[in-house]
Amino acid sequence: MSKRIELKDLNIFYGKFHAVKSVNMTIEPRAVTAFIGSSGCGKSTVLRSINRMHEVIDGAYVEGQVLLDGVDLYDKAVDPVRVRRHIGMVFQRPNPFPTMSIRENILAGVRLNNSRISKSDADELVETSLQGANLWNEVKDRLDKPGSGLSGGQQQRLCIARAIAVSPDVLLMDEPCSALDPISTLAVEDLIQELKENYTVVIVTHNMQQAARVSDSTAFFNLKAHGQPGELIEYGPTEKIFHNPEQKATEDYITGRFG
Amino acid sequence: MASTETGATSESLPQDPTNDLQSTIHGKARLGDKVFRNLSTGSGTLILVILAAVATFLVGLSIPALTADPEELQYGAFWAYALPFAFGTVWASFLSMLFAVPVAIGIALFISHYAPRRLAQGLGYVIDLLAAVPSVVFGLWGINTLAPLVRPLYVWLADNFGDLPVLGWFFAGPVSGTGRTILTAAMVLAVMVLPIITAISREVFLQTPRLHEEASLALGATRWEMIRQAVLPFGTPGVVSACMLGLGRALGETMAIAMVLSPASVISFELLTPSNPNTIAGNIALAFPEAFGLGVNQLIATGLVLFVITLAVNMTARWILASRKEFSGAN
Repeated sequence: MSKRIELKDLNIFYGKFHAVKSVNMTIEPRAVTAFIGSSGCGKSTVLRSINRMHEVIDGAYVEGQVLLDGVDLYDKAVDPVRVRRHIGMVFQRPNPFPTMSIRENILAGVRLNNSRISKSDADELVETSLQGANLWNEVKDRLDKPGSGLSGGQQQRLCIARAIAVSPDVLLMDEPCSALDPISTLAVEDLIQELKENYTVVIVTHNMQQAARVSDSTAFFNLKAHGQPGELIEYGPTEKIFHNPEQKATEDYITGRFG
Repeated sequence: MASTETGATSESLPQDPTNDLQSTIHGKARLGDKVFRNLSTGSGTLILVILAAVATFLVGLSIPALTADPEELQYGAFWAYALPFAFGTVWASFLSMLFAVPVAIGIALFISHYAPRRLAQGLGYVIDLLAAVPSVVFGLWGINTLAPLVRPLYVWLADNFGDLPVLGWFFAGPVSGTGRTILTAAMVLAVMVLPIITAISREVFLQTPRLHEEASLALGATRWEMIRQAVLPFGTPGVVSACMLGLGRALGETMAIAMVLSPASVISFELLTPSNPNTIAGNIALAFPEAFGLGVNQLIATGLVLFVITLAVNMTARWILASRKEFSGAN
């Protein structure tokens, strides 16, 4: 189920604004790939173009190719809605559906497109998804309570459980811990380590220690200057990026001597 | 107790000339704060006073009609007189909401989530404009345009559904020769409440957190599924409030009903016949010029009934919303 992602000469635009310039990279399956870089360098934009969420914004579009195990996701015949079923996403702030119970939140993705699911199958899916997100023991007695009643960290794990309930091939995470306290962050990071056994995980983070802790490969994005499009500066094994980067800009960013 | 102690301590403090903390933290409430607080408290009180005044007027002037001997009353026994109007009011409003609510929500969703921005803006203006049309104009439109226009449809409805088991209750003939039936009146009402419900619903839908919409889309929802999953649940309380405002207008609407409907004093669900139940407001407008003595009180008492109906409807809606509070997303 875990699949390889290739970005080929990917250029991303918001209307007339050229946000990201010609990204070429291969993201390996069964691994965690971290995107790092300063604010506004386009790392979230690249992430959102992988599951075609970028084009949800008015006037936003993409040029180039995103291949999922060799299949171009930007081919004319591709339905973006179906792409998003294969590539799940977790957002910066936990966003469980406030009007739904914990159980209904997990089933939200499965219930789409008129698909029906028997009660016993649903029960099983809710349990396996919540267990997959290390949340089952904390919520198993209150599955019918609203998801918005959980703590921030629990809500974020609920969102991860919701994303993996539709059994995607890839899991994209856009700064998943930036709104969480250190203990919750640790719980989510542990979870990410477990998730990579089954999924291709791509995580955007502002926290370099986090990138160093959880990822196998790291991609550093940067802007040449303000108003210029963001670029992929360096991409390689996390160990190498953090200890022996090839580019001066990467080293400056990693060591905190930026700008 | 605590405050006197604090007072005593502060008095016993040595007056240190170098320590001017006291002089910098002592101070009175600012004038602007006071004025604004009193102004908003006053406005809040005023609305209660107005409501109380209206209620007192209605109750005070209704009592003579409610306690009088039916023989003395211009329009006969009170409840026998008022009930058909109360029924007509609720029935006409219900029908108008039946037409208006789905259309209003559809327009609001189109403006907020489907239409290109420029078209959405234009459409928004047109809807607001519709709210500014006086009800007399809608009344005239109902009589002169809508009634003749829909009459052939009524004939067709009566011919095809008039004899069927359940539908017959609503669509039985004979069809009104003018087309000025309760169904026509309800359509006119629907057009009148449409802009209110649309405008508020549109604002509510636009407030849907982007985060919830994206959560849904990222799960692989289509636009419509995203609306059902994120926009509608978020907007429900607001849409109910919008409907309550619209319903308030429909329940109280006088001019359009008085002009369009050819009324009778009946309780009937039939939509197409010449004998239609009048509404309370419509009846007051029609009967008031000829009322005298206790008859005036009797009409005012029907007004009290309308007041109670409106209050009951609003409280029911609030109660329904409150019972779902845990899942409202307010937390």
